[in-house]
Amino acid sequence: MNYEAIVIGSSAGGLSALKSIIYNLPGNFSTPIIITQHVSSLSESYMAVFLNQLSQLVIKEADAGEKIKPGHVYIAPPNFHLLIEEDFTLNLTVDEKVNYSRPSIDILFETAALAFKRKLIGIILTGANNDGSNGIKQIKHFGGHTIAQLPASAEVPIMPQSAIDTGCVDKILSLEEITGYIISICH
Amino acid sequence: MHLPDQLNNIQNIELTHFFELIFNVYGYDFRNYNKAHVKRRILNRINNLGLKSISELQHKVLHEEGFFDLILRDLSINVTEMYREPGFYKSLRNEIIPILRTYPYIKVWHAGCATGEEVYSFAILLQEEGLYDRSQIYATDFNPIVLETAKKAIYPVSKIKEYTLNYQKSGGKNSFSDYYVARYESVIFNQSLKKNIVFAEHNLVTDGVFAEVNLIICRNVLIYFNKELQNKVTGLFTESLIKGGYLGLGSKENLMFTDVFDQYQVVDAKEKIYKKTIFSSK
Repeated sequence: MNYEAIVIGSSAGGLSALKSIIYNLPGNFSTPIIITQHVSSLSESYMAVFLNQLSQLVIKEADAGEKIKPGHVYIAPPNFHLLIEEDFTLNLTVDEKVNYSRPSIDILFETAALAFKRKLIGIILTGANNDGSNGIKQIKHFGGHTIAQLPASAEVPIMPQSAIDTGCVDKILSLEEITGYIISICH
Repeated sequence: MHLPDQLNNIQNIELTHFFELIFNVYGYDFRNYNKAHVKRRILNRINNLGLKSISELQHKVLHEEGFFDLILRDLSINVTEMYREPGFYKSLRNEIIPILRTYPYIKVWHAGCATGEEVYSFAILLQEEGLYDRSQIYATDFNPIVLETAKKAIYPVSKIKEYTLNYQKSGGKNSFSDYYVARYESVIFNQSLKKNIVFAEHNLVTDGVFAEVNLIICRNVLIYFNKELQNKVTGLFTESLIKGGYLGLGSKENLMFTDVFDQYQVVDAKEKIYKKTIFSSK
């Protein structure tokens, strides 16, 4: 399968989990990655800058209207929802919080599923709520591939467990396994 | 039963048709909004009502009295807060107010004001800078229902802690509680803030220039529009500004990719504040 994009949702404990995945991806990893990590609405946009220093990939905060490019990693800015348009551009909104969160993982995953359909991989990492579970269902519904972090290996197991409980997760993997697995199926 | 891909194609066709129809019947134009957001809103509405398709929703919009108000609310951008992104207000206070002070009379257009929180934020700022009495604020939105809320200046008391923090970060000079009275679960802002504010219906997509102003504040509205509509609306702003007037956008909005960019200089790149150049062609 020729995957065209990877979406990742993470919450409590997510920064170190993301760091581990991003750090271990090779510089020639071309499948674009779009990330929603829950952050406080008051936080500054430091995450993309921080992660970019660790990686050979281009890691940046998503801009509204931006075209998704290979070899790029996009991160939802604090206090905005990140959506994917069906013409494969990124967009931002300031709508109501979903699952008490802005950015919301469900919003990213549900819109990504409509855009990329079966050529999408969705990954749920550590977190303390159930955001992303509806998104995982939608990705599965459109024939995409779904992965959850092994709850026992997650800093906070609730979010990956909630995703697994939907019955729509294809693979349950530890953090280390996730990186190797996506490299193997995307290259 | 359609396959997911087929159903999605059908929904896209129905949605395009739905917006054409709303424009023709009610005059509200959502045809050039970014699709992912409005589609999500409409599909949520269908699920909430237990309907099967956008076509069913369309039937209700056409034939059930008052139903369109619900759709208008779904498609309005109503999330706002006082001193949203406080750095923006700090920049207005430090960079723009000293220039506005040189004019005998100051006109401000707050476009897409929703429930008015940011309008009162700026009104307080003008009072603190001693400019309120020679200012006129036009606060507009396309949705008459949110404008009614804006006119009341009554907000939930639960938000006040966050707003107070924002106010302080924005460079507020007094105690924020000077500006409101708390009553039960609400706070009501001082009547004196309303004196020079005119709240009015105005649709950025379909309506034109109504005044020439020194400052336009329009935050987190353009992100909902496609490129074509962004060009149209920033064109409207450019026509409405005096030469040397200022435009303040949301932190994720950028004039750089619009047709009017060469008529502006950047005042604050982070807070997205622009100045229409004296030598502008319009």
